[in-house]
Amino acid sequence: MKDLSLHVLDIAQNSVVAQAKVIQITLDINREKDYIELIVKDNGKGMDRDFLDRVIDPFTTTRTTRRVGLGIPLLKQNAEHTGGKFAIDSEPGVGTTLTARFIPSHIDCLPLGDLAGTFALLICSYPDINFKIEVTTEKGRFTISTEKIIEAIDGVTLNDSSVYPLVKELIKSNLDEL
Amino acid sequence: MTKVKSLTDLKRMKETLQAKIDLREKGEAAENLVQIKVAMATCGIASGAKTVMEFLIDELGKRGINAVVTQTGCMGYCYAEPTIEVKLPHADPVVFGYVDTKKADEIIERYIKKGELVDGIIPVNYESINNI
Repeated sequence: MKDLSLHVLDIAQNSVVAQAKVIQITLDINREKDYIELIVKDNGKGMDRDFLDRVIDPFTTTRTTRRVGLGIPLLKQNAEHTGGKFAIDSEPGVGTTLTARFIPSHIDCLPLGDLAGTFALLICSYPDINFKIEVTTEKGRFTISTEKIIEAIDGVTLNDSSVYPLVKELIKSNLDEL
Repeated sequence: MTKVKSLTDLKRMKETLQAKIDLREKGEAAENLVQIKVAMATCGIASGAKTVMEFLIDELGKRGINAVVTQTGCMGYCYAEPTIEVKLPHADPVVFGYVDTKKADEIIERYIKKGELVDGIIPVNYESINNI
């Protein structure tokens, strides 16, 4: 992956496939204390202990179209390359929480990338899932959720192509201030 | 265009948005829409599927084509990512491989608008591996 936002987009698909109704994406960027923490928490079907142990193995996947699953291993590798950490915890029927911590001063740390685009794509592509997004920096916090956006545009379908640019702009202008 | 900075701004845009959609959707049933699926699994995203998807949403809107662009998982053509599936009204879906923004532009202009075949189609010769 070229940047962190692509990892977010990729990792969130796992929650979508796990039939989550609520997906919380929390990004805490603190350059003073030198860390970026990404937490993706869903209420999907979760994984049992056995599968959880194997999930960081690139040769573990639930799909049938191919035999490798690289989303989680790549994120883990990129986090650990910077001296950061990776953890994943899950309970069947309850959901999964994934945490990746990056050290931004490390030369191997990926740039943040187009976070606004990623969040807007997720929100507009899956109107039935409530994405709760929270981005925190030293300067402040920005939160947005599918629920709030649906409320604001009530009646207009989220996956109409004219909605996406507006949602992206809304998120981008707020993130730019952080 | 006014800048959208808050949910209130978004709410204000709603009326214009609704009018625009109503205008476009007049007499357009779902089966008359162009349906595009962008493969957005790890392989697709790593190869640039996000850029292609954003390009498609923006350009189809600008060029006034009634289309629904959605995400899908890996179709098993990891070697040819980014891949997109285009379903024109009353036609079988076609999968295109190695789609960058340039290719996407060609697909819009030639395949979607004129129905001409464009290079880069991944031939489908069976429906699934168990159903040859």
